[in-house]
Amino acid sequence: MRLTEWLNAELSPRARVTVLGAGLLLIAAAALPLWKMTMFAAMFPEGLRLHIFSWKIVGGANGADLQGINILNHYIGMREIRAADFVEMKFIPFAFGVFFLLGARAALFARVRDLIDLTVLFFYFGLFSFATFAYRMYSYGHQLAPEAPIKVAPFTPPIFGHQHIANFDVYSFPAPGTYLVAVYGLLLVVVLLFEARRQRVLGR
Amino acid sequence: MHRRFLLVVAVIAAACTPSGPEGGAGRLADAREAAQRTFVEPGQLDEFYLFYSGGHSGQVYVAGVPSMRHIATIPVFAPYPATGYGFDEESKAMLGEYTWGDVHHPAMSKTAGDYDGRWLFVNDNANNRLARIDLRDFKTHQILGPIPNSSGNHGSAFVTENTEYALVASRFSIPIPRGTYAPTSRYATDYRGVLTGIRIDSTTGEMSLGWQIATPPFDWDLAATGREISRDWAVWSSYNSERATGRLEVTASQRDRDYIVFVNWRMAAAAAAAGKGRMIGGVRVLEPREIPGAMWLIPMGKSPHGADFSPDGRYVVGSGKLAPIATVYDFEKFLAAVQANDTVGNEDGIPVLRYESVKVAEVPVGLGPLHTQFDDQGYAYTSLFVESAVAKWKLGPFDGHDSALVVAKIPVHFSIGHLVVAHGDTRHPVGRYLVAMNKLSKGRHLNVGPSQPESSQLIDITGAGMTMLYEAYTEPEPHFAQLVRADLLTPIEVYPKEENTNPNAIWAATDAAIVRTGTTVRIRMFAIRSYFSPGEIEVQQGDSVIIHITNGEQERDMLHGIGIAGYNINVVVDPGETKTIAFRATKPGVWPFYCTNFCSAMHQEMQGYLLIKPRGGGAAAGGM
Repeated sequence: MRLTEWLNAELSPRARVTVLGAGLLLIAAAALPLWKMTMFAAMFPEGLRLHIFSWKIVGGANGADLQGINILNHYIGMREIRAADFVEMKFIPFAFGVFFLLGARAALFARVRDLIDLTVLFFYFGLFSFATFAYRMYSYGHQLAPEAPIKVAPFTPPIFGHQHIANFDVYSFPAPGTYLVAVYGLLLVVVLLFEARRQRVLGR
Repeated sequence: MHRRFLLVVAVIAAACTPSGPEGGAGRLADAREAAQRTFVEPGQLDEFYLFYSGGHSGQVYVAGVPSMRHIATIPVFAPYPATGYGFDEESKAMLGEYTWGDVHHPAMSKTAGDYDGRWLFVNDNANNRLARIDLRDFKTHQILGPIPNSSGNHGSAFVTENTEYALVASRFSIPIPRGTYAPTSRYATDYRGVLTGIRIDSTTGEMSLGWQIATPPFDWDLAATGREISRDWAVWSSYNSERATGRLEVTASQRDRDYIVFVNWRMAAAAAAAGKGRMIGGVRVLEPREIPGAMWLIPMGKSPHGADFSPDGRYVVGSGKLAPIATVYDFEKFLAAVQANDTVGNEDGIPVLRYESVKVAEVPVGLGPLHTQFDDQGYAYTSLFVESAVAKWKLGPFDGHDSALVVAKIPVHFSIGHLVVAHGDTRHPVGRYLVAMNKLSKGRHLNVGPSQPESSQLIDITGAGMTMLYEAYTEPEPHFAQLVRADLLTPIEVYPKEENTNPNAIWAATDAAIVRTGTTVRIRMFAIRSYFSPGEIEVQQGDSVIIHITNGEQERDMLHGIGIAGYNINVVVDPGETKTIAFRATKPGVWPFYCTNFCSAMHQEMQGYLLIKPRGGGAAAGGM
């Protein structure tokens, strides 16, 4: 089968069910934190934590850590971290919904084209979101108020991994929500590959 | 010849006199093992909380056991600038006109006769008050009193099996209501002792006046509350059944026995609820004849002091300071004697039961027995003031071989008052540690001059005997204590913002406000690392200034204080807490205020100015 023909080909029932089912992972991901940052220092042996959801930021210790981190950050002139400032926290949950609907469309009309659209859009979304997250981290660490009591060289907090900043050890890693999103993306690719093989678009 | 003989006798006599009393040095048999058993690694936690009374310091101290480290002071009856207690309006209102109290007997709230970790009730022997410390935040939340009619609240606070009541008794009899005059020549008839039941709300712990019983003018001493078979009963020891005045050490020591009284508090409560008795000083006061069957006196060894129930509620152990025995009363025999009305007389209508009918043993524990605690292995521990020792003895069988019951004795240093075993006054004692709270330390510490601390000694009571482990020194002056398993308590570490119901709490610097109404200036102040908002307050001389200060932190150990120079104010606010400061701006000038409780790297910068414009305008002369 030629590639252009395949775009209009029909998805197998198994592929349709998988795509529809995978959409549920996104719904679940919206309820789970996507990223987690943990900060340790001598007087914070239990750590200060930020749980970053697709639509909110929750501090550890029943929320208290967000204020605690902001109080510490104000000494170096860092802007207050507030969910309201994250435009991502509006578009990511919206995008999750869009992807779920696109998946439902692909499942309903069973067209390979719809699944390809979904997959391409999803990966674009993923990279874009990660990039804005990285830029936001960069901005927090670089747009420091000049009148801050403690002057520090501009820095980028860790986006992935560990970094030592002043008296803090900061760890930043994806959280369960991101794992679900990643599994979702993986499932889309796997379904496409299986479909391509089944319909002999790709080599044998 | 004769002279030489005398010299020889003198030399022999000198050689025979030891340099000190036997066992006086009190060295440990195995210091290395004792050190291992009491050493708590830095950063590790003790197994028990020791809540000990601070006597006339008016406070309660918290230490960890086995390390004996002092962890915290809970101010109760006296101001304590370290936590700002007694400087803010809320705690000032609790303290009222008093700046001291005399804390003797802390009592943890109980459920089914066991500590439940909710509240600690403490008495004020001096001003007839009771306080409740909430163990959720380790703060004093209520001070009740002065309790009407009652004077010298010593036999207190002891709580009933399910914390229905905290009990109070008058050590000093007075003509009632308080304020009535009668010369001491009319002591025997016009002065009254008073027993009081303080009702406790089972959900809030709030204390309120219950009922009182007016008694003959004995000096009521110590109390204990029953369990199980004896759950409706409380006992108090008494001295001065002679009804004497003057030099009591002589006049009240003429009889060989005074009394212990058994009181059915439930019957008293029911009689008061039924409207018996009459209102005196704002509380319903019952006469003993109005509650027949609810009060029974039993003779007790000379100069009675301690009275304690065994864990199962079956036995009461009483001690008279001037009789070298612990008297064991059997509650079942008490009930039988009551049933048989086996009396030998009465005191103002209160029947006196026959001693021999209720007593099952006189255990020869030693000199100056005071208080008894219990473990979970069937042993009792009695403090011996005169002997400076603790006696360990078996609580039965009571078959007439009383002297065989004493199994061990350990010297303490010196002159022990109370002693406490972990959960030692509950249904289920934990027989691990005993703390001996000694009245005298007599230089066993680095010399700190004439005002010497009290010593407390930790004793291991596992096994057959007793082993001295450690000693620590305390502020004057520990009486009774509660030794409580640490896992029973789960205190908060910050006040959750959501639970702050103070209408003047604010949670952002931008909500801070200075509002003037006439000559009253009300400030809603916000404190957070590392500034006050507002940082400047300007008022007119003579204004009433009210500052509601909220600590906006929600982080553990982020306390802020506000000390106002020249105005005798220092208030400390915990994370999430709001307190109120009120004063009159009498002194014009510029008065700095600053954070007194070290908070952060910028703590020193956490400061501001209170600017007080002189009346009539213009620059005022210097303030101080």
